[in-house]
Amino acid sequence: MAEVKLLTFVCNWCSYGGADQAGGLKIEYPSGVRLVKVMCSGRVDPQLILQGFRKGADGVLVLGCHPGDCHYKSGNYSAQKRMLLLEPLLAQFGIESDRFQLNWVSAGEGERFGKVVNEMYNKVAALGPLKLTDSAVKEETA
Amino acid sequence: MSDNKPKVAFYWCASCGGCEEAVVDLNEGLLDVAAAVDIVLWPVALDFKYSDVEALRDGDIAVAFVNGAIRTDEQAHIARLLRRKAGLIVAFGSCAHTGGIPGLANLTTKEKIFETSYLKSPTVDNPEKTIPVTKTTVDGVDATLPGFWTQVHTLDQLIDVDYYLPGCPPMPNSIVDAVTAILEGKLPPKGAVIGSKKALCDTCTRTKPVKPTLHERFYLPHEIDVDPEVCFLEQGVICCGPATRGGCGEKCIQGNMPCTGCYGTLDGVTDQGAKLVSAIAAYIDGDSAIEVKKAVATILDPAGTFYRYGVPASQLFKKEAMEVTK
Ligand code: SF4
Ligand code: SF4
Ligand code: SF4
Ligand code: FES
Repeated sequence: MAEVKLLTFVCNWCSYGGADQAGGLKIEYPSGVRLVKVMCSGRVDPQLILQGFRKGADGVLVLGCHPGDCHYKSGNYSAQKRMLLLEPLLAQFGIESDRFQLNWVSAGEGERFGKVVNEMYNKVAALGPLKLTDSAVKEETA
Repeated sequence: MSDNKPKVAFYWCASCGGCEEAVVDLNEGLLDVAAAVDIVLWPVALDFKYSDVEALRDGDIAVAFVNGAIRTDEQAHIARLLRRKAGLIVAFGSCAHTGGIPGLANLTTKEKIFETSYLKSPTVDNPEKTIPVTKTTVDGVDATLPGFWTQVHTLDQLIDVDYYLPGCPPMPNSIVDAVTAILEGKLPPKGAVIGSKKALCDTCTRTKPVKPTLHERFYLPHEIDVDPEVCFLEQGVICCGPATRGGCGEKCIQGNMPCTGCYGTLDGVTDQGAKLVSAIAAYIDGDSAIEVKKAVATILDPAGTFYRYGVPASQLFKKEAMEVTK
């Protein structure tokens, strides 16, 4: 399978803890999984996700606290609304739904963290690198 | 023709002609402009040859207003020629600025477009299945057509652009402001969009509570009785106001239609569609994925709704390291 980059946002209060615990438990996951810590999954503006794809991510994973557990009460619900609204839009641009996911990982769920990132990584790797549209300059037929 | 008046060019690329119409709509204002400048190219209104432009010294044209998106070899050729000959290039209107309505074609392929337009459309009678090619020979004579690119591009994906004039088409007040700024030399920093720095919502007078009203579904304007005093989003009708640059005078809102985003987005926003996703998501009711998906499913064409005028300018299409003709 191709090597890919999976941009993974983890919220400070739950999912980062989960990633930390996964580290403590020596759970393995590919080096292509790149973690970015944010205060809350609700902080992940859709602009960041598109910039991620533009700048070379082959998949984007957003991890937050389980429903009801967000440190800021509703950040993860906001994240869910945005992600579900973004999904059909990305599909129209030809970006497969497997490249893009929101999931919940609590601070005590190191094993779950490993499972979620590995599963998502494998799905993205199966799709291969994401190709966004290229230069106009190359297009000239004359 | 007097030599001391600034030389001005107007050109259209993948354009509907509406931007040309917008210039003509300046009425008497146009006469003032026409008296102050020397028009050297304006294919829609005046008879000039490309060779006349080629004969000019480089940089001799003070300003070239280019409307329309880029999709063919000819458009690219003239845009590059104007870049060489003009001191300032102004991307005029949504198509040149962000790709505009023609840019929606990037959601399909060139092959499908040709198939629909030349083979499958009910009004087409084409038994020989002829589709456009760049060169063919008819009775021993070579005939050529400009090449049709696989994608639609914004003007600044092809050449260096000095200023942008937003709108589909730009409103007369926006055009007059820009032309005045240029003639008086009171220009913003290079690369700026000449226009308001505020979102359309900031000047819209429709009422809305501080906290958005949540909806289980969205409506098209004709599906409900729209209250002309109340914010469209409050009523569950998608309005692009939160992520759209103001300055048009709320034209659509005044006509009791929601904003579709033609003035493009605000400075500092990297992606109009993504910004709209945040804004619209705040109006969705539902804490479970199932409820949210139901509401989302009532937005029939999300890409066409959130990027009505800007598919080629989206992060998902923009080519950052493209070689731009300076
Ligand atoms: S910006 Fe609008 S009015 Fe101007 S050419 Fe494009 S589609 Fe036509
Ligand atoms: S969303 Fe539309 S209707 Fe509501 S305030 Fe903004 S511009 Fe006005
Ligand atoms: S309301 Fe929106 S779509 Fe209508 S003219 Fe103004 S910016 Fe364009
Ligand atoms: S703090 Fe974890 S999702 Fe909000």
